[in-house]
Amino acid sequence: MVNPAKIRLAALNVWFKDTHALKNISLEICPNEILGVIGPASSGKTSFLRALNRLNDTQPNFRMDGDIELEGENIYKDIDVNELRRRVGMVFALPMPLPISIFDNVAYGPRMSGIRQINRLKEIVERSLKEAYLWDEVKERLRESAFKLSGGQQQRLCIARTLALQPEVILFDEPCSGLDPISTAKVEEAMALLKRSYTIVLVTNNTKQAARVSDRVAFFLMGELVELDVTDKIFTAPKDKRTNDYITGRFG
Amino acid sequence: MRARKAKEFLIERLIYLCGFISIAFVILIFIFLIKEGGALFKAVGLWDFLAGKEWYPISEPARFGILPLILGSLFVTIGAALISIPIGVASAFYIAEVAPKGLRDVLKSGIELLAAIPSVIIGFIGMITLVPFIKHLFNLPTGLTAISGSITLAFMAMPTIVSVAEDAIVAVPRSYKEGALALGATYWQTIYRVIFPAALPGIIAAVMLGVGRVIGETMAVMMVTGNAAAIPHGLLEPVRTLTATIAAEMGEVVTGSDHYHALFAIGIVLFAITFIINFIADLSLRKVRR
Amino acid sequence: MISPKTKEKAAFTLLFLATVLVVAPVVLILAIIIKEGLPAINWEFLSAYPKSGMREGGIFPAIVGTIYMVLGAMLFALPVGVLSAIYLSEYSKDNLFTRLIKLAIVNLAGVPSIVYGLFGLGLFVTFLRFGASILSGSLTLAIMILPIVVTTSKEALETVPKYFREVSLSLGASRWQTVRHAVLPHAVSGILTGVILGVGRAAGETAPILFTVAAFYLPRLPKSIFDQAMALPYHLYAISTQVPGIKPSIRYGTALVLLVLVLAMNLFAIIIRIHFRRKKRW
Repeated sequence: MVNPAKIRLAALNVWFKDTHALKNISLEICPNEILGVIGPASSGKTSFLRALNRLNDTQPNFRMDGDIELEGENIYKDIDVNELRRRVGMVFALPMPLPISIFDNVAYGPRMSGIRQINRLKEIVERSLKEAYLWDEVKERLRESAFKLSGGQQQRLCIARTLALQPEVILFDEPCSGLDPISTAKVEEAMALLKRSYTIVLVTNNTKQAARVSDRVAFFLMGELVELDVTDKIFTAPKDKRTNDYITGRFG
Repeated sequence: MRARKAKEFLIERLIYLCGFISIAFVILIFIFLIKEGGALFKAVGLWDFLAGKEWYPISEPARFGILPLILGSLFVTIGAALISIPIGVASAFYIAEVAPKGLRDVLKSGIELLAAIPSVIIGFIGMITLVPFIKHLFNLPTGLTAISGSITLAFMAMPTIVSVAEDAIVAVPRSYKEGALALGATYWQTIYRVIFPAALPGIIAAVMLGVGRVIGETMAVMMVTGNAAAIPHGLLEPVRTLTATIAAEMGEVVTGSDHYHALFAIGIVLFAITFIINFIADLSLRKVRR
Repeated sequence: MISPKTKEKAAFTLLFLATVLVVAPVVLILAIIIKEGLPAINWEFLSAYPKSGMREGGIFPAIVGTIYMVLGAMLFALPVGVLSAIYLSEYSKDNLFTRLIKLAIVNLAGVPSIVYGLFGLGLFVTFLRFGASILSGSLTLAIMILPIVVTTSKEALETVPKYFREVSLSLGASRWQTVRHAVLPHAVSGILTGVILGVGRAAGETAPILFTVAAFYLPRLPKSIFDQAMALPYHLYAISTQVPGIKPSIRYGTALVLLVLVLAMNLFAIIIRIHFRRKKRW
């Protein structure tokens, strides 16, 4: 069964000043899958993720070559960058709430896209918080500062913030690195349910997490895409020796 | 949606414009000074202007030599520098390294306060307290002298020197200090052997900025140095600085006259001097930030 | 051989004395002006017009003139300065153009105030034919305080954590929306501090207004922005040096009013800075 690709990369090269961060990456991301991205530090996984919503553009001395397509449209030539970022949302490594209320955090994206009516915003906030499994815990205190939440709650708030825009793709950049195991489990649970409606790309340092959660896994090393395959195959019978070495912990 | 995009486009254009505006003003100032000041050089040669020993703008024929004024500014500035640099730098070290924390905040606030006092008030106080004192002390016909100017201006330069030097001292990495102390040096030895050389570029920048302030000061200097536009022979004589000349005489000139142009020409000289000083100071400060 | 410890004590004492030399005059100046000037301060002094060539009466028009000029300067310097700071902090790249801008600001900060006066005379009074007026004076002062506003606003913007911008952009906000909603609101206190410091500076400056606006004896309020006005700093200068026979207490009184005005503004700026630093939660 061939699914039309949600995101397609063709010969993507990325440079930051003289550093060649991504070398000739070509791959396809399927709709409604969870693609895990693993690799040691400086392998280019984060650059890869940030290429997908053009956040790399904000970095100084950024250059790129190649094509990235979202549902067949080139994300540089065919889609407005702000529109792209609403369709491809991102959750960052450390919980990064804005210093405003819980409600305002979640409503930020929709407000910036032009939605002003308070009732619509209230609907959106409630829906998003429910989808992120945070609604019950905060529904009584939406006007409080987001900083009052615990780390795990803040991260789920950030997920809700992204969901408020109803993106097509959600990018997770090591989302559980600052969280305790219980919060981590909650976030992973949420991800598994989210994939029903969204396509997910998950960058993680934790290979076990990738094994738990992903449908397919991509292994990056030093800017190259070494191997991309179904999760089972990657972890039981990887084709490339380097993949095997990384997974078995020979280097990290 | 399109209206919002258009509005944003305009705002961002405005922002880019404002970014450029500081450059525009520097260029404009330069242009206007040259426009009004350059006209002088049709009537007076450049060398006669810069090195001429007589400044008699209202006599017939008028003489526009600014050497006495340059020397006036120089005497006052050097005097002020000799006073304010050692005291200012010493003070910066005290505040940065020796003062206990509570005292440090009080001192820094005190210095900020001194910096905020308008120059005309400092000139006023100088006129009332310092000038008679100098007259008395040295038995002079008048206390309006270069040295009065130096002392008064020293107090205007000191806050600048102290705060910029203090920033430079604080910026010296702790490891330098701790390394020296760990090797058995006393705190004082650490200060003058390790911290001082390390902070030197910043201290030099502080000094230059202070000196720049002194050269450019007008009101305070006008009120305490007298108004003799003659070549001074010592610190105990009245002098006229470049700045005071412009301020004192501009009110009485005819627009477009040679005298008018001459005053603008002095402005060019001042602009050039402070431009160079600030440029060098900025280069030194960049070194500190690295 | 003096021991290093003794040398240290001696050195530190010298350093301390130096510091005293710097700070003591402030106290002295304040003390003198307050002591001699306070007797002259009464409601009449503050609200009446000067009479008999300044020898009697009050300084009301000078106070009003100063306030007008300061407001005018702020009206121009605030938007231009903040937008310039936004450019430098949020939009500029690390290239020659940006370095030129920073150099220009450093130089504007160092230009002698009398040269600003000449510039104001050349551009506003003469070339643009605004004449010696509040308009000319305000614009001249505005350009003079521009570097202060730009520098402090830029620092305030740079204090806002970087991730606010990334988060905002990742949620689909445009660059301007990000500045307007995710950065600017959190830099307001710093910007305010800068504006107030700039205004304090503008209130106390004499040289830039000497030929662009200041009138010596104008016993009435200015009628429009094209009118001349009196101003406190120039007034103090004039009654100290140009007019003989004025009661000393009037001179001190004028100095006191100016001093209080300027120091109050600086104090206000410091208080804002401290208050908002405590409130920040990041």
